Amino acid sequence: MCGIVGLFAKTDDVQVRLGAHLTSMLLEMNDRGPDSAGVAFYREPAPAGGSKLTLHHPDLGYEWAALAADAAAQFGGEPSAHRRENHAVVVVAAPADEAEAWVGRSHPEVRLMSAGGVIEIYKEVGLPRVFAERFGVAELDGSHALGHTRMATESRVTTDGSHPFSTGLDLCLVHNGSLSNHNRVRKDLRREGIVFRTENDSEVAAGYLMWRMREGATLDQALEGCLEDLDGFYTFAVGTADGFAVLRDPIACKPAVLAETDEWVAMASEYRAIATLPGAEGARIWEPEPATVYSWQREGVAA
Amino acid sequence: MSATAGTVERVDLAATALRDLNQRLHDQAKAAEPIGHWQILNPSGAHALACGLDAPIEVEIMGHAGYYCAGMNKRATVTVHGNAGVGLAENIMSGVVRVTGNASQAAAATGRGGLVIVEGDASARCGISLKGADIVVRGSAGHMSAFMAQTGRMVVLGDAGDALGDSIYEARIYVRGSVKSLGADCVEKELRDDHRDEVADLLAAAGVEGVDPGEFRRYGSARKLYTFHVDNAGSY
Repeated sequence: MCGIVGLFAKTDDVQVRLGAHLTSMLLEMNDRGPDSAGVAFYREPAPAGGSKLTLHHPDLGYEWAALAADAAAQFGGEPSAHRRENHAVVVVAAPADEAEAWVGRSHPEVRLMSAGGVIEIYKEVGLPRVFAERFGVAELDGSHALGHTRMATESRVTTDGSHPFSTGLDLCLVHNGSLSNHNRVRKDLRREGIVFRTENDSEVAAGYLMWRMREGATLDQALEGCLEDLDGFYTFAVGTADGFAVLRDPIACKPAVLAETDEWVAMASEYRAIATLPGAEGARIWEPEPATVYSWQREGVAA
Repeated sequence: MSATAGTVERVDLAATALRDLNQRLHDQAKAAEPIGHWQILNPSGAHALACGLDAPIEVEIMGHAGYYCAGMNKRATVTVHGNAGVGLAENIMSGVVRVTGNASQAAAATGRGGLVIVEGDASARCGISLKGADIVVRGSAGHMSAFMAQTGRMVVLGDAGDALGDSIYEARIYVRGSVKSLGADCVEKELRDDHRDEVADLLAAAGVEGVDPGEFRRYGSARKLYTFHVDNAGSY
């Protein structure tokens, strides 16, 4: 099954309580994806010229302060690491691509979850309810966020196989469905230098978007490319630095409900997740059309 | 109808297991004096609510329902005061299922009898493989609605999405608004007096007032696909 939730704040009030709202939504999707869960939050921009990395190490005692000190020694600035369970957000005084390359070289023992100016990704195996509690998702604020609950079909249940998948700087993907040509596409993308950590089909979709945008496509163009190049069932939600986008395959069997009020835009696999939001009863509600890219940014909606 | 007529049996799903509720509703089929009126509180989008009913009872769901609500319904009248998820009233046999809000994909799929009323919008594949049930949608219906619909009637007061009535057999479709596109072998047909009467009856059954049946356009099968060709009859 899998469950997807997304929330985009239009007011300060929703922004401050974004984590609490997203947690309520995620818990409604608990039964759709009891294997693992994850969230991407867009919050607390890194200082100009700097970036932030979300990193994972399975050992709760891992010395994040030492890694942050190494980063400060390399790039300058104050060491900054904030641990959240077995993840940590490290702020680095260098552009995200440089910071990402550095951590891969100097600290191969940690896994990169996300890199960019605003994104933070947290994900872990286990019940979504337990994940939300462990990671304190409810206390996070932010401009927008995506969440996912996974019922595994295509590959093993691991932290790396959980959603969201990073698809580039400040970008991430969550997926409900299954792709049937992922082995072939993965092989092609590996030739293009895209690195994969799992046998997961959704990671291939993430890698595909990363490759298309690296080659100059806009997010909308990359998503439209999915309609040509990815075979299978999908509802995708993609987080960007200033908004999010939704795409369903041309058959559109996998569920998606969108809702909008003056306070927020929400997306979920089932309406019950949206029903938890304040003002849901007065929202404009619709199910996205097949093979159509919907996206929201700061400036407003474009479909 | 029974000694308990007039009273309302309220079941709070925040305190009662869904299976226990459905079992109690199923037991009404054999009960000497069925409880005639039920209200389900705090449904919170639960799946498979009030499925497989077979008694002349009224069940009100006081909130949102999840997947397959009122599936296989026989004789019962089920009302969802909210939105319904995928597969509302799937394979309905008889009775009435009404949703005051929107219904998600495949509402009334394979329905054999009875009436399904969606007061908001129905999304994709509404009435797919319809086999005799009637559907009235006050809002709009999504893409691939009435796909391979065999018999039964579908009335849409709003618009219909892409590929309406694709590969349709003998079901009749009436749409008041625009149709984004017609599916394979589905064509517009003349709206005659007997069709106006049919639409008027269906609107009345759904409690829709003040709408002129003459505003609808009728769609159905052109009977040109393989299965309609007499030369293929020997292939079966």
